[in-house]
Amino acid sequence: MNQINLAAANENQAKSTWKFLLSELKPKGKIFTPFNIISFPIMITGLVLIVIRFWKGLGAVTNLSQEVPWGLWIGFDVVTGVAFAGGAYVLTFMVYILNMKKYHSIIRVTVLNGFLAYVFYAGALLLDLGRPWNVINPIIGNNFGTSSVLFLVAWHFLLYMIAQFIEFSPAVAEWLGAKRIRKILSAMTLGAVIFGITLSILHQSGLGALYMMAREKIHPLWYSEFIPILFFVSSIFAGLSMVIFEGSISYKVFFGQISEKNRHAHHEIIHGLSRVCAGTMFAYLFLHLLIFLHGRHWGLINTPMGYWYLLEMFGFVLLPMLLFFYGYRVKSGLWIRIAAILTMLGVILNRLNVTVIGFRWDMPVRYIPTWMEVCVTLAVIFTEIWIFRWVIRRMPVLRDPPAWAKSH
Amino acid sequence: MGLDRRNFLKTMGVAGAALAVGKPSQAAGNKGKYTEFYGILYDSVKCIGCQNCEVACTETYGFPEITDTPLVGTERHTSETRRTILNVQETSRGEVYTREQCMHCNEPACAAACLTQAMYKTEEGPVIWRGDKCMGCRYCMVSCPFDVPKFEYHSSNPKIEKCTMCYERIMEGGIPACVESCGFDALLFGTRRELLTEARKRICAEPTKYSDHIFGEKEAGGTGLLMLTPLRPQELGYRTNIGNESYPALTKGFLFAVPSVFVLIPPLLLGIHEATKNKGSKQEEEEV
Repeated sequence: MNQINLAAANENQAKSTWKFLLSELKPKGKIFTPFNIISFPIMITGLVLIVIRFWKGLGAVTNLSQEVPWGLWIGFDVVTGVAFAGGAYVLTFMVYILNMKKYHSIIRVTVLNGFLAYVFYAGALLLDLGRPWNVINPIIGNNFGTSSVLFLVAWHFLLYMIAQFIEFSPAVAEWLGAKRIRKILSAMTLGAVIFGITLSILHQSGLGALYMMAREKIHPLWYSEFIPILFFVSSIFAGLSMVIFEGSISYKVFFGQISEKNRHAHHEIIHGLSRVCAGTMFAYLFLHLLIFLHGRHWGLINTPMGYWYLLEMFGFVLLPMLLFFYGYRVKSGLWIRIAAILTMLGVILNRLNVTVIGFRWDMPVRYIPTWMEVCVTLAVIFTEIWIFRWVIRRMPVLRDPPAWAKSH
Repeated sequence: MGLDRRNFLKTMGVAGAALAVGKPSQAAGNKGKYTEFYGILYDSVKCIGCQNCEVACTETYGFPEITDTPLVGTERHTSETRRTILNVQETSRGEVYTREQCMHCNEPACAAACLTQAMYKTEEGPVIWRGDKCMGCRYCMVSCPFDVPKFEYHSSNPKIEKCTMCYERIMEGGIPACVESCGFDALLFGTRRELLTEARKRICAEPTKYSDHIFGEKEAGGTGLLMLTPLRPQELGYRTNIGNESYPALTKGFLFAVPSVFVLIPPLLLGIHEATKNKGSKQEEEEV
């Protein structure tokens, strides 16, 4: 008798969970927003292009060649995208390791952002693989190419995605109302954070180390044995600039979700982050200067690529660094946001200079991405934003967690 | 048997071959068998540009027929349907032929780059490509200083094409098709040591005809394809910015740092966490 009741109760619960999930799938909010109207056609076109790409081969969609085998999809989607996702490890370091509670209110949204970035940029990597059905090989040991930097990066992507999911999972549990599971998942946070930071240090620099063997192919102003360190240091301010940028947009778009207390904290957070950015950018600039002097590259400065290098260094590292300092001193959110945007442009420029623009810079016919490559890239970014929005509207990411999660 | 040896090399030798010392022959020696890398010697002084080698290669691997010939002033390149190519240029010594194909490096950048060991330095010396492992990431192409691996961009099931030194033929006791086709002693097949000896002999016998440099003896840590030229290699447009250091050595420092980071950083982070924790933070942690 008792058992039957229990079974019925279980069934009921399963049914209601199912109903809940189905209802959550429906869109919340307006459908015909300017963002949707612009992004939707691009996503559909991107999907069509992806079908063509797998049907006819990479050459049908991309401008890649035997000399330039990695283009926009690797140089921008993967290498630049992962740098921007660095905010998650920097912020978890500040909140969980340094116990800076001030930043706690934005930790979830940053981790979510980082997690989605990894999912989608690793996804973009799949698009670029010629034989994607073999992608599982380095995981299952057919074979373990342990001498490869890419082997390290691939494993780290996978492990870091798991770590980030664990970091974010309490929010999912709160959304589903799973109290016991939430408790278990929360207990795993610190371990995931420590593991995640270690992984991040290694694969952020590893993305730079990928290009170490392309010594003759990359312009000497961007090639040095210190690429891994430069990539690591720049991922700190790249990630934080992204946090400032994304945080400012979320603040406007999802204003209603943010509690009064956290709205106030938002400005404090941005000020604090601007100082961290300025500091790391100073270290980064100094490293670049040392490498430049050490490499004796004076002769290369008075060339078109030299001017390009100076533009990157002065216009997109030094200038935003000063703006971050200034914005921090005068407590101006506007200047900080401008600095964040300039920094992000600078990081895009830097990553593309190593991977695309400075790669085979001496070739008579340069690689320029096709509109189709650009469209697929945009489609990937928009899809990520759609998913991000879907999660924000449902799970306690920006808004406070439910009362039951706070009580103990 | 072949598979056994390969497995043995996989576990023991490959890291050495691809990364550090570059002498898997010694690793194999542990098993009581001593193998040397095979190689090919190309003698540009003897080559008359008959293209027999090119034809033999395309016929062996079923590539489309070759219709163009080496011409002064034009540069031909290997492609996804051409594994070896001859070029000719006008020099102070008259017309000189040069050859383009996989160099079969002792420590290949492509094999070190490959995360599935699809690009693989065999115990016998040839660098081969294994389709059942390759995921088509093209990192081998990014890494190869000689731009050898070619990718089929217009296929939904693309392969990486490059010279394999006719690995299957060697394993059956044969010699590479191109070498077999050459009637002018411009191509020789043998162990790398034999070929170096022969190359030096040729230089000594006719020092006026040969430049005193064997391209591939030291370049990129030593290569399986060795080339004799009438002029210094840089005068013939060979890549001389390559240096004598092996390419996998460039990423060695980074890869060797990985275990130390993994051991040192987590306890450090945990330590900082404990040190900065204050009484209220326990609750805060739960709140996540």
